Amino acid sequence: MKDNNIKFIQGNEACVEGAIYAGIDFFAGYPITPSTEIMEHLAYRLPQKGGKFIQMEDEIASMGAIIGASLTGNKVMTATSGPGFSLKQEALGYACMAEIPCVIANVQRGGPSTGNPTHVSQGDVNQVRWGTHGDHAIIALTASNHQDVFKITVEAFNMAETYRTPVVILLDEVIGHMREKLVIPKPGEIPVVARLRTSVKKGVDYHPYLPREDGRLPMSDFGAAHKYNVTGLFHDMWGFPNNDPRVVSELLRHLVDKIENNVNEINMYKEYWLDDAEYILISYGSSARSAIHLAKNRRARGIKIGVLELQTLWPFPSEMVREKCVNAKSVIVVEMNMGQIITQVKNAVDNPRNVFLANRIDGELISPTDIKSILRMIQGKGV
Amino acid sequence: MERTRLVFSGSGGQGVITAAIILANAAVLFENKNAIQSQSYGAAARGGATRTDIIIDDSEIFFPKVIQPNILVSLTQESYNKFAPIIRPGGLLLVDSKYVDIQKKVDAKHITLPMFDTVMKEIGKPLVFNICMLGALIGISNLIKPVSILKVLETTIPEDFMAMNKKALELGIEMGRKKRY
Repeated sequence: MKDNNIKFIQGNEACVEGAIYAGIDFFAGYPITPSTEIMEHLAYRLPQKGGKFIQMEDEIASMGAIIGASLTGNKVMTATSGPGFSLKQEALGYACMAEIPCVIANVQRGGPSTGNPTHVSQGDVNQVRWGTHGDHAIIALTASNHQDVFKITVEAFNMAETYRTPVVILLDEVIGHMREKLVIPKPGEIPVVARLRTSVKKGVDYHPYLPREDGRLPMSDFGAAHKYNVTGLFHDMWGFPNNDPRVVSELLRHLVDKIENNVNEINMYKEYWLDDAEYILISYGSSARSAIHLAKNRRARGIKIGVLELQTLWPFPSEMVREKCVNAKSVIVVEMNMGQIITQVKNAVDNPRNVFLANRIDGELISPTDIKSILRMIQGKGV
Repeated sequence: MERTRLVFSGSGGQGVITAAIILANAAVLFENKNAIQSQSYGAAARGGATRTDIIIDDSEIFFPKVIQPNILVSLTQESYNKFAPIIRPGGLLLVDSKYVDIQKKVDAKHITLPMFDTVMKEIGKPLVFNICMLGALIGISNLIKPVSILKVLETTIPEDFMAMNKKALELGIEMGRKKRY
């Protein structure tokens, strides 16, 4: 069984296996429930493949460490939960501004503050988008089962390299802790994007922030062939601080456009029974499991209901959501918060009045029965 | 197979969660089934009623929690009191004779077995109480083949402890088989 590629593991371990597959070289973190198993298993798995693992003094330092390690040419990751994710926001913004590839896993628990450590929540969705200050764009991926957790983790590393940006893997306590089957894909089954390094030779002028024709920025391992500057201030193509209005405007547009202009490439989703669906459940993460369970059950009773499961939360795939919902009588957003993704859905669809919220915020996983009650209300059947 | 929903409950440290992981592992790795295992996190790990949910099925499992178990195992009075009311009508309730006193009838098959006492008498170490419970369960229900459980034990348990675990499993199976219905 040792060499078997079938595993029965926690979602947090599936994330670790995805990171290993994607070629992670370095992890820095600070333990926090319910994300700790990511750290625990990487402490074991990373040295096996010659990678480096370090437990830092806190979450802020962990974020700083992965940023530094990424600049020197490593694929990096950290993992945390809500309170730690709050602490990471300043350095996360730095990674956005300095265009440093990195992956941050946030296994959500109840909040605000230290909140409800051992129970599930999806309350950090908007924090992922706007937790760090200033205009910026961010990529956030999520999944509802271990096979998909593995896949989005690989994609998170790929997107971090492709777009030179922080990518957030947004899991939740239920997915992180529950155990289910994972089949590890063979090498090459999921493409892995390598670090794009500059072809500029040593001693030749290298411009770290001068995009190629395709918009990508080749990197040079910091401390190796080229000397260059990295800063959180607006900067020119050499990386030196510059507040010339033209430089500022061009850089900010570049930071946002490189992600927002590629919504379709970044967008990942799954659909269930949408073709003739009159009722569409939109969900993500563990709550999507309850949505699929209910839809399957109601389909068997002849109700035309389907599920759109979002895997890319940011940039929000507005156009795709609009198209999928164009023929729906009602759209029910299923999430475990006071209504975060529903705002995006309402903005996206033609008829926002037909969008309803099925939520649960008490630390328990929303059940198919909870969603059924909302569905019956909408159908005019009472609960 | 029919979808089987199980809840193992007891006190933190009795190994109910370990038993659940072993059972689900056996189903997935050696019987080609789907299984999901989850557990309550929190103070239960340090005593108090602990609970773990397992679902086993041939088809895909979406909602991962158990609301009404077909099979409820309770290894303490507190956990029996707490969880007995949620058992699915017609289900199976397995409890340990030393720790649980059945107080009221629910619509389920009640089986009380001296699992703890047998382990202490035959092996002398409470460590393998959970494995004996697992043996009793598969002895009664035929849910998973004993050989599949053994294969999981072989890959997860240090060699020096293997004989003790195997014995506990066999003792459980023997007790369970007599109660098969």
